[in-house]
Amino acid sequence: MLKKIRIWAALLFWLGITLLLMDVSGVLHGYLGWMAKVQFLPAVLALNVGVIVALVLLTLIFGRVYCSVICPLGVFQDGISWLGTHRSKKPYQYKKELKWLRYGVWVLFVIALIAGVQVLVALLAPYSAYGRMVQNLLQPLYLWGANGIEALAERMGSYAIYPREVWMRSLPTFLIALGTLIVIVVLSFKGGRTYCNTICPVGTTLSFFSRFAMFRPVIDADKCKHCKACELHCKAQCIAIGKDSEKIDYSRCVDCFNCIDECKFGALQYRWAWGKADSSPSAQNDIKGQNDSGRRAFMTGTAVAAGTLALKGIEAKAQSLKKVDGGFAEVLPKEAPKREVPITPPGSASVKDFYRHCTGCQLCVAQCPNNVLRPSTDLERLMQPEMSFEKGFCRPECTRCSEVCPTGAICKIEKEEKTLYHIGTAHVNRSLCVAEDGTACGKCAQMCPTGAIVMVDNEGMGNQIPTVNEEVCIGCGACEFYCPARPVSAITVNGRNQHC
Amino acid sequence: MKRREFIIISGAAAIAAACAPKKSPSSAPAEGPEQMVLRENPVNGDKVSLLGFGCMRWPMIKDADGKDVIDQEAVNEMVDYAIAHGVNYFDTSPAYLQGQSEKAAGEALSRHPRESYYIATKLSNFGDRSPEASIEMYRNSFRQLKTDYFDYYLLHSIGRGGKEAFNRRYVENGMIPFLRAEKAAGRIRNLGFSFHGSQQEFDYFMQLHDSGEQVWDFCQIEMNYVDWTHADGVRNANADYLYAELDKRGIPIVIMEPLLGGRLANVPAGIARQMKEREPDMSIASWAFRFCGTFPRVLCTLSGMTSMDPLQDNIKTFGHFKPLTDEELDFLERMATQMKEYPLVNCTDCKYCMPCPWGIDIPGTFQHYNRAITEGTYAQSSQQKDYRKLKKAYLVSYDRAVASVRQADHCIGCGVCLSHCPQNIAIPDQLRRIANYINNLKQNTL
Repeated sequence: MLKKIRIWAALLFWLGITLLLMDVSGVLHGYLGWMAKVQFLPAVLALNVGVIVALVLLTLIFGRVYCSVICPLGVFQDGISWLGTHRSKKPYQYKKELKWLRYGVWVLFVIALIAGVQVLVALLAPYSAYGRMVQNLLQPLYLWGANGIEALAERMGSYAIYPREVWMRSLPTFLIALGTLIVIVVLSFKGGRTYCNTICPVGTTLSFFSRFAMFRPVIDADKCKHCKACELHCKAQCIAIGKDSEKIDYSRCVDCFNCIDECKFGALQYRWAWGKADSSPSAQNDIKGQNDSGRRAFMTGTAVAAGTLALKGIEAKAQSLKKVDGGFAEVLPKEAPKREVPITPPGSASVKDFYRHCTGCQLCVAQCPNNVLRPSTDLERLMQPEMSFEKGFCRPECTRCSEVCPTGAICKIEKEEKTLYHIGTAHVNRSLCVAEDGTACGKCAQMCPTGAIVMVDNEGMGNQIPTVNEEVCIGCGACEFYCPARPVSAITVNGRNQHC
Repeated sequence: MKRREFIIISGAAAIAAACAPKKSPSSAPAEGPEQMVLRENPVNGDKVSLLGFGCMRWPMIKDADGKDVIDQEAVNEMVDYAIAHGVNYFDTSPAYLQGQSEKAAGEALSRHPRESYYIATKLSNFGDRSPEASIEMYRNSFRQLKTDYFDYYLLHSIGRGGKEAFNRRYVENGMIPFLRAEKAAGRIRNLGFSFHGSQQEFDYFMQLHDSGEQVWDFCQIEMNYVDWTHADGVRNANADYLYAELDKRGIPIVIMEPLLGGRLANVPAGIARQMKEREPDMSIASWAFRFCGTFPRVLCTLSGMTSMDPLQDNIKTFGHFKPLTDEELDFLERMATQMKEYPLVNCTDCKYCMPCPWGIDIPGTFQHYNRAITEGTYAQSSQQKDYRKLKKAYLVSYDRAVASVRQADHCIGCGVCLSHCPQNIAIPDQLRRIANYINNLKQNTL
């Protein structure tokens, strides 16, 4: 019974978060956004005290049900290990806690969190790892599928489904996601919750509380026949049944209730066990000095890649003599310029603040309807998002990323507030500008939503060229996106360190 | 002169009389075998089918390299069918369909006896107008069309820019004397021109004819029930004026854009209903073709048929041809007036503006916009009922119709397209109007 409830609750949660991470319609986050916000690490980074306290209390009362129900990576592993072991009669057996690895990783993680080495944080955190896999590996399949149906919908004149471009936002992040998937699948296929109990820093953190949980699965020594049925079916491999001893390591138990289902003698019960001796052989029962929040740190040695915008000057588009009718001129795809300061979304107070809070879960990347956000390839903020404008710009009416961000890296903003965030400043590179040779353009000025681009006389050419009023520019990228110079725009946005 | 007056004067009566027995007001579909109407060219006695095949809108497919090429198989099938049903006039140009139209026409037509059809092609020297390039273009047309004479040869799209533009393209480079010599040698049977421009500009070409400086054997004009009296009248002359001037001089007329690029085949719902009330079994397009055929000086009405369906429909229209009555002409005049109230863009999808040097799909954008208006799937205010549905339908269908980098919002307004548009559309202004409309949709500020 308990197991059934756990499975259904877990499936609902897992499905909800997975859909949230794949959704492109912008509908789901209104209903499911909270599922991301109750994830442990995002709540820590968002300093969401309510959620942290609730999760700690939940663990103190019921044990690590978080790992079995709320954590999408945990549920995913349960699925994989079910595939790997459901045919086997003796799928698992007790394993000793790998203390050095478990606490070693945890200490490393806390240090990384405090020091602001977010690459490591994003790499290890379970929610980030899961988001990364869904956005990089599952969303493309989902979109291809939807695009396939879209062709059908188009034929039937339906507009319910519309085509979305599927593109790789960052190769390193894609490869890391693939690596993550392989590691998780390999570990869980036969090993159950090995990842959760040896690597996952959130699992380790919760284990500090779960070992004192008020409710736990307890073995009634009088009824136990030491048949090992529970041990052999414990995914966490934390039940040790000896000849006449029976022990459960509650620091590793994720409350999946498989053991209770397996026991034919009714010896296992999930019941009140407050204050009872912890039967775990754990040494670390001191929970003092828990640093659940890491939020100092510096960051950003701001890679001043003194790379100038050394871009090849485009040939003034030869208005070559038109000979025949029809056809299309080639439109080169845009290339991203080098940005000395990365651009982070409106709603982030500063670049530093953004990267300090972000866990790289890819939720905003998956949701961005304008194809602006993508994971950075810069080593310092690998997998954490940044903005670029080759496929779209940050549209004035859109605040989607600020609505979905679970960590507070992007604070919720209203669209009216968007102009208050100066996320970047545009610069004109006259050597690339099509107006330089006298062509009438002014596209950037026309598209600028804040009127920051001032057209001035192009001396001797009889037309006008753009200049930027830095104070008015908000860095939305409309000018860069619409600039007809290709592949590199003649007007490009550089990030601003402080946004408001 | 008013339309009705000269119809009476110019002998429509004869045709009307011939068809009078069929002209019952209930207008049941005509019975009997179809008989393509032939018009006799008074100059040389050519018997030309009233329906001509315009070779500007043939279907394109992707070849192995992803390049757009004409679907030759489909063209062959259409041409065979057309010839079998009495169509004998084929109008092409070296510029059409990215320069592939002549070759495809030559492929399809050369499978039939040369004397069974008339070929019309053009000197489309829009780019390089030097004598060498112009003569090469002329000579190449023979090779492409696999023939040694042209029945009808046109100076392509003259008018705009008047005398000066004409002189630059055809006089200063010596092409006029050259073509006259070619005509004397029998390689051109009829020399004429196609026209887009104002009344004054047209008058100049009539003046050349009257003075004997350049006699025109025929003339191709844009004519349909909208342009009859509702062309902009300033830069594009109304067709009633052009028709009257040509009729006065006895110059045979070939009609282009009888459907305005399909816009008169797909008219706004309210107008379509009124047409269907009158002729439930005739297509909307048939009204436009009957309008053209009703005028006796018309030698041929070109239709740029894209597939077998319009071809068969047109053959039905011209095979059981019923000229319009005066009352029906009045009706079409009312429909034209009503049509002008819709914010349509006057685009006929001729693609002369293409390729846009910045990659914009100009006709694609206009066609999509016009379709939304015609079909009534056009949101007018964010307060209206169904607004969200209409908004989504417009945006999604636009993305489907036109790649996002080729949409209206990418137009930089350079104006290169302006001089190419025979309809004189202020293309950058119209693109901006549509881009603003879309932006308002996206921001819900309509």
